[in-house]
Amino acid sequence: MQAAVNSVYRRRLLGHRVGIALSIVAMAIGLGFLAWILFTLLVHGFGALSSGLFSLDTPAPGSEGGLRNAIFGSLMMVGLSTLVSTPVGILAGIYLAEYGQNNKFAAVTRFVTDIMLSAPSIVIGLFVYALYVAKVQHFSGYAGTIALSLIAIPVVVRTTDNMLHLVPNSLLEAAFALGAPRWKVAMLVRLRAVKAGVVTGVLLAVARISGETAPLLFTALNNQFFTSDMNQPMANLPVVIYRFAMSPYEDWQSIAWGGALLVTFSVLLLNILSRTLFRQKNP
Amino acid sequence: MSAQTAISADKAGHQAALDDASHAALRNTMRVQRMQDFVFHKVTLLFAASVLVVLIGIIISLAIGAMPAFREFGAGFITSNEWDPINDQFGAVIAITGTLVTSLIALAVAFPISFGIALFLTEICPAWLRRPMGMAVELLAGVPSIIYGMWGLFVFAPMFGDYVQPLLKKTLGVLPIIGPLFQGPTMGLGILTAGLILAIMIIPFIASVMRDVFEVVPSVLKESAYGLGCTKWEVVRKIVLPYTRTGVVGGVMLGLGRALGETMAVTFVIGNANKISWSLFAAGNSISSTLANEFAEASSELHVSSLFALGLILFAITFIVLSAAKLMLAGMSRKEGVK
Amino acid sequence: MMSPTATLSTVSQNVNAASSKPKTKTKTLEISGLNFYYGKTQSLKNVSLDIHDKQVTAFIGPSGCGKSTLLRTLNRMYDLYPGQRAEGSILYHGRNILEPGVDVNMLRAKIGMVFQKPTPFPMSVYDNIAFGVRLYENLSKGEMDERVEWALKKAALWGEVKDKLNKSGLSLSGGQQQRLCIARGVAVKPDVLLLDEPTSALDPISTAKIEELISELKQDYTITIVTHNMQQAARCSDYTAYMYLGELVEFGETDQLFINPAKKETQDYITGRFG
Repeated sequence: MQAAVNSVYRRRLLGHRVGIALSIVAMAIGLGFLAWILFTLLVHGFGALSSGLFSLDTPAPGSEGGLRNAIFGSLMMVGLSTLVSTPVGILAGIYLAEYGQNNKFAAVTRFVTDIMLSAPSIVIGLFVYALYVAKVQHFSGYAGTIALSLIAIPVVVRTTDNMLHLVPNSLLEAAFALGAPRWKVAMLVRLRAVKAGVVTGVLLAVARISGETAPLLFTALNNQFFTSDMNQPMANLPVVIYRFAMSPYEDWQSIAWGGALLVTFSVLLLNILSRTLFRQKNP
Repeated sequence: MSAQTAISADKAGHQAALDDASHAALRNTMRVQRMQDFVFHKVTLLFAASVLVVLIGIIISLAIGAMPAFREFGAGFITSNEWDPINDQFGAVIAITGTLVTSLIALAVAFPISFGIALFLTEICPAWLRRPMGMAVELLAGVPSIIYGMWGLFVFAPMFGDYVQPLLKKTLGVLPIIGPLFQGPTMGLGILTAGLILAIMIIPFIASVMRDVFEVVPSVLKESAYGLGCTKWEVVRKIVLPYTRTGVVGGVMLGLGRALGETMAVTFVIGNANKISWSLFAAGNSISSTLANEFAEASSELHVSSLFALGLILFAITFIVLSAAKLMLAGMSRKEGVK
Repeated sequence: MMSPTATLSTVSQNVNAASSKPKTKTKTLEISGLNFYYGKTQSLKNVSLDIHDKQVTAFIGPSGCGKSTLLRTLNRMYDLYPGQRAEGSILYHGRNILEPGVDVNMLRAKIGMVFQKPTPFPMSVYDNIAFGVRLYENLSKGEMDERVEWALKKAALWGEVKDKLNKSGLSLSGGQQQRLCIARGVAVKPDVLLLDEPTSALDPISTAKIEELISELKQDYTITIVTHNMQQAARCSDYTAYMYLGELVEFGETDQLFINPAKKETQDYITGRFG
């Protein structure tokens, strides 16, 4: 009897050990790829990091150049998109949290927002192209901004809605008990209580749109030269990286790696910042 | 005495006047407040509605853009495997196949790994490691897709084509039935490579969703199993998995939705060839890579319209997959008792 | 011959002196025939009682008897939740506050509430107090400073926070936070203060402080308190209502109810035979 129990147990233990081992292997694989990618970026991109990268514009193949116009264009478009999508997203999120309890409209909006979160960004680009670019007959930084905003808004809506739901009812009741009108409870008490979380959501949205390429392909396109006119096609990091990397020219590829390094580490920094910021303020 | 009553009556009258004034002020404040509440409701409603408006707008504009192509080719657009810009003959089969095959490869590879990672994070990882590990996974999810594309093109594909693909050709390529999948020139770029890069991209995403789903399992349930002497692996297999089955499927479908729409990672390594072949090593095209490559240069109206049609098809597919995923995950949260 | 203003103040002093003698017997709130429903479940059945001016009325009873529900009808807090409704009449200043036409915000400005769990707003101590005042009054900075100080003194908190008015309300201890909430409720100068188990989340020392506070506050405000602690009700209140399963079993002056209850059920509860 003892022997039988032992053999059954040993088989179970073996299964357990194998399962655990596989799980650890999976984690290692995931971490391994992360490390591999980051390492590649550092190795290839570091060489391209020079002051020229920041002070010179995108060159013709064979000549010296940098990414100044692309960096500027990306900063402009991402910045403007953030400015647009933050209030829209937060207010929409407030609507869902405040008035969206037994509301069919709110339920549908939440559903659609979640779909848009994972929807193909290239389709957004097509949409803005059809609606705006085709009508005005030229690509522009504004079109790119619109496309990026449409991608960022669902992110902000979702996080704001989730955060606002965390506020305990007792806090809200305390504000209502003083006779406060609904909008003051929503903005001055509820939103303030989860300020840090909402900021995190915005930062995550920024990180997301900083790396988006596909929608910009049909809206802002690219510009070989520096321009601060948003009504013109605008250079931006992702599209430049795409063009230069796919090209057969080595110096272009090198610049592309530099750009890739810049984009990746900015995005990672934003991610880390937003997550540590939130963890600090969490009561 | 009468002076005192007169004075107290006067005081009462004075007080009444004050009351009236403060009442009027109060009523005015109330009116302003009501208006503010009204405006607030309408403004937030407007912004919330904008998301719906955008969705509808996308569907409409894509449909309008695709009209000419559908009028020209009819339903045959979806079944034709021609893609000839020179002769203005277009069909969606090549692109759709590319999208579906790469995504399915990505899922097949990503699922076990994501699963293992989610398991590791929730059950195996020691508490002090949990946060850095979790953060590492989320960082991987944050890397922009274009980076995956570049890394795939310059680092992964050459290595894959030089070492792994010949290996696969020698081993799996000689087997019956699945053999033809692993034949053909081993260039490194192609459908299989694209699928693998996609897999690496969606691993952290699916892992996060699965981890959230695993954490929903009430610890009392797991503790009762441990109390009976189950090993950790058995608790996972017999308690956690059945409990979270719907959520796991939902998470996988979310990952599928992401993979279907992914553009940059795929465009770099899929080879951009408008043909289909049985071999997974061959170059091909997905809907999004076709759009990325050809939209800027498309000149004929039919070409542009066909691209719009592809976009519409892609949107429709992802919409269906994501909706199904959402419904499954909603079923999961019902289990934990939604407020 | 006294100046007119001096006469005026003597008169008002006399009037005040008269009202500080016990038992003015004016009724601030008259509840009659109150029924309350959570969806289809009825949780208050035909409750009728009076809340007397500047007195402390306590609601006691076992868990689930409806005492909190009753309290929350008095400032229409249930309005926030669809599916909860009240029928009957609660007269306040001659008007039934359950009627649909009543301005609920205005009502809540006059009938304040302090909750079981301390709920400081995510703002500074100063702003916590000022928040309610700013809703309805337009005070200058100096006047607001005075009001904040006055409210904190009323809540016996001034000494402990006067140097940290700019610190977040969340940085105070539990007992201090609850007193902050009381100060916040008092600052808007309501007629009535509703206290929903205000000390059940606090330690015994803070509890004692707050009970002291209640006996001081009743000089200026009508207070209604829900408590599951009978001894607290016996210590603090002038009137007590004993409730059971949604019905008002007995209501009367506290001394009377505790020493010589009219109903057997009341006696059973008080002597601890159940509940």
